[in-house]
Amino acid sequence: MAIRHLLQLEGMEPAAVQEILELAMRFKADVLTADRCKRHELAGRAIMNCFFEPSTRTKTSFELAGKYLGADVVNFQTRGSSLEKGETLEDTARTLEAMAIDVLVIRHQVSGIPERLAARVKVPVINAGDGFHEHPTQGLLDLLTVYEEWGHIAGLHLVIVGDILHSRVARSDLWGFLALGAHVTLVGPPQLLPRDWERPGLRVTASLKSALAEADVIQVLRIQKERQSLVGLPSWEEYRARWGITRDVLGSLREHTLIMHPGPQNRGVEIDSEVISGRTSKIAQQVTNGVAVRMAVLTWVLGGPYDR
Amino acid sequence: MTDNGMTGVCLRGVRVIDPFRDVDSRDEDLTVVGGLIVPRDDPRARGCVEIDGRGLWLVPRIVDMHVHFREPGQTWKETIETGCQAAAHGGVTGVAPMPNTLPVVDTPELVEWEAQRGADLGLVHVYPIGAITRQSQGEALADLYFMHQKGARAFSDDGHPLTSSALMRAALTYAATLPAAIINHAEDRQLATGWCNEGPVAEQLGLAGTPEAAEAVMVWRDVMLAELTGGWLHEAHVSTVESLHAIRYAKAKQLGVTAEVTPHHLLLTDDALREWRYDPVTKVNPPLRSKATREALVKAVSDGDIDVIASDHAPHHADEKSLNYQEAPYGISGLETLLGATFTALLEPGLMRPLDLMRLLTVGPHRVLRLSYPGLIPGAAADLTLIDPQRRWVVDPGQFYSRGRNTPLAGRTLVGQAVATMVQGRWVMRDGEVLNAGVSNLHR
Repeated sequence: MAIRHLLQLEGMEPAAVQEILELAMRFKADVLTADRCKRHELAGRAIMNCFFEPSTRTKTSFELAGKYLGADVVNFQTRGSSLEKGETLEDTARTLEAMAIDVLVIRHQVSGIPERLAARVKVPVINAGDGFHEHPTQGLLDLLTVYEEWGHIAGLHLVIVGDILHSRVARSDLWGFLALGAHVTLVGPPQLLPRDWERPGLRVTASLKSALAEADVIQVLRIQKERQSLVGLPSWEEYRARWGITRDVLGSLREHTLIMHPGPQNRGVEIDSEVISGRTSKIAQQVTNGVAVRMAVLTWVLGGPYDR
Repeated sequence: MTDNGMTGVCLRGVRVIDPFRDVDSRDEDLTVVGGLIVPRDDPRARGCVEIDGRGLWLVPRIVDMHVHFREPGQTWKETIETGCQAAAHGGVTGVAPMPNTLPVVDTPELVEWEAQRGADLGLVHVYPIGAITRQSQGEALADLYFMHQKGARAFSDDGHPLTSSALMRAALTYAATLPAAIINHAEDRQLATGWCNEGPVAEQLGLAGTPEAAEAVMVWRDVMLAELTGGWLHEAHVSTVESLHAIRYAKAKQLGVTAEVTPHHLLLTDDALREWRYDPVTKVNPPLRSKATREALVKAVSDGDIDVIASDHAPHHADEKSLNYQEAPYGISGLETLLGATFTALLEPGLMRPLDLMRLLTVGPHRVLRLSYPGLIPGAAADLTLIDPQRRWVVDPGQFYSRGRNTPLAGRTLVGQAVATMVQGRWVMRDGEVLNAGVSNLHR
């Protein structure tokens, strides 16, 4: 049987997305909210977290997800190691594979690395974020968060605000929500928007106001000061004034509009504290769902059974 | 076989395509004795080796004026010897290596060394290109006159754009006195922050893109400086729609401006990145462009707006091309697919007459490099290529003589291939096999 990887949501079968979401909901109900008792579905399996880029949330989330299912999870220290820079992919793949692990979870600052490693190793690879290509488990947990609230994705209108061009979260959300029949609007300063994307169900605009009127869900992206996000922008104050989801913006939204943010938030820049703690904010659920989704994904790539 | 060209060769029944004389003539015979073309009734032609050339084209003096041979300094990628072998294998009788070696070819001594190295190998003609600025750092002009005296045919900081407009002005003005062309690699580095073409493919794959404008703004600048100085400008590897406008403007004004396009920009688009995914085999500078731009480049070439087709042969070691897309070096190993890729892009769809196409691989580079060749007339050097224009072949980099196996054309079927290459009356390649010069030739 072919190895199941999770590399991107683009092109993924909607049925597979549904399968993972349903699995995640069961894990969430059975493990995370009910007895909080460790299970043994993945007992005896070894999962390697290989993060070539700093990460707290995603890495911890994968670690917990594996441990809740009884797997052994190890973190491969990459910062400062030879693996970080200048090593060929063949050598990286050989090193990782030689450790005889069952699943590789990869984050890398350059797009495409998980996919290229997946072509070279004989175990499932899970993309935990690559460059500004995709972050599929984030896309899945966002889908789960919205699905829990609405019971469906089709027909909903998702608005993603921020530096779309350099965001792997935006790409995974985009493909995931489109695949399940949602409409998606990408909003941000024009220099941070893709210029040439045309797809059914997709709109790209610099005008936040025009997008918000019909939003059912808003995903607020972090303005990453450490990346290119602010290059070519006058100041973060201007960004906030024009694209920030501020307390004033909150007042103009439809009552039911959900607020999400993949974190970590820059309070007072792209999002206000009042919005984070607002009635329709789903930011805390996103984190919980992150663990549930990663449990589901680990089980799914390993084709493991799950019966209560 | 010929004994270093001393025994004659008679090529029978070939289609002679000689852009130097504007001749395209079928069923011709051509006789070579002592390294030169001779009249058919030349007494020395008696007893010559007869070769049946029916179905083959015979083209003189194919020159690839944009190659990287990596020697001195990076000989694990390529050497002058393996580069010349790759040229012979590809049907190329002359090459102009770019000076971005380690050290940079920026002195008369290095120019002379490179030319001598090429001559000692005795495979194909090597026409050195000297650096415009010292160490190609873009700060001070190198000794252009002294390099020219030792055989530099043109000047370029290729790999680096000449950023300073003042220095570009000075270079164009000064080189015109030699006279020699300034070859610029046009790229606004502050705008060119990506690793591939900016557009839907880059955006979808999450790879940083570079807009066409990064090239075109500098091509336009260069054209304006050519106008200001009256100097001679050659734009290397032109790859954008707006660059073509600038070149057409320059030609309409009869400025001393010429331009070159590579076969990979004529044949491939950034769709190759979807096909090869994140394999940096598609990483090349300037990047593979959109379908619309590829079509514009093909049209410009077939309309006669472009002077030269050159491979920008840029060999790299497999280890280097195994790095990630960001870290891997730019470049495609192109000498051995030059003819096939060009024919497949332009002849196969019937967009050009063979004679017009071959002009871009012969007369065009001769003009830019200020080389002279009278055409295939008695007394002319027997530098020629036999081409099977119908041959369909699958690109297998494992068969390359180049050390660089990096090409996104791998596995692709091309139409048209050189079957033999002759330089100064000696076969340097026959049936795909490169025939190295004997020891006597090396130590003559």
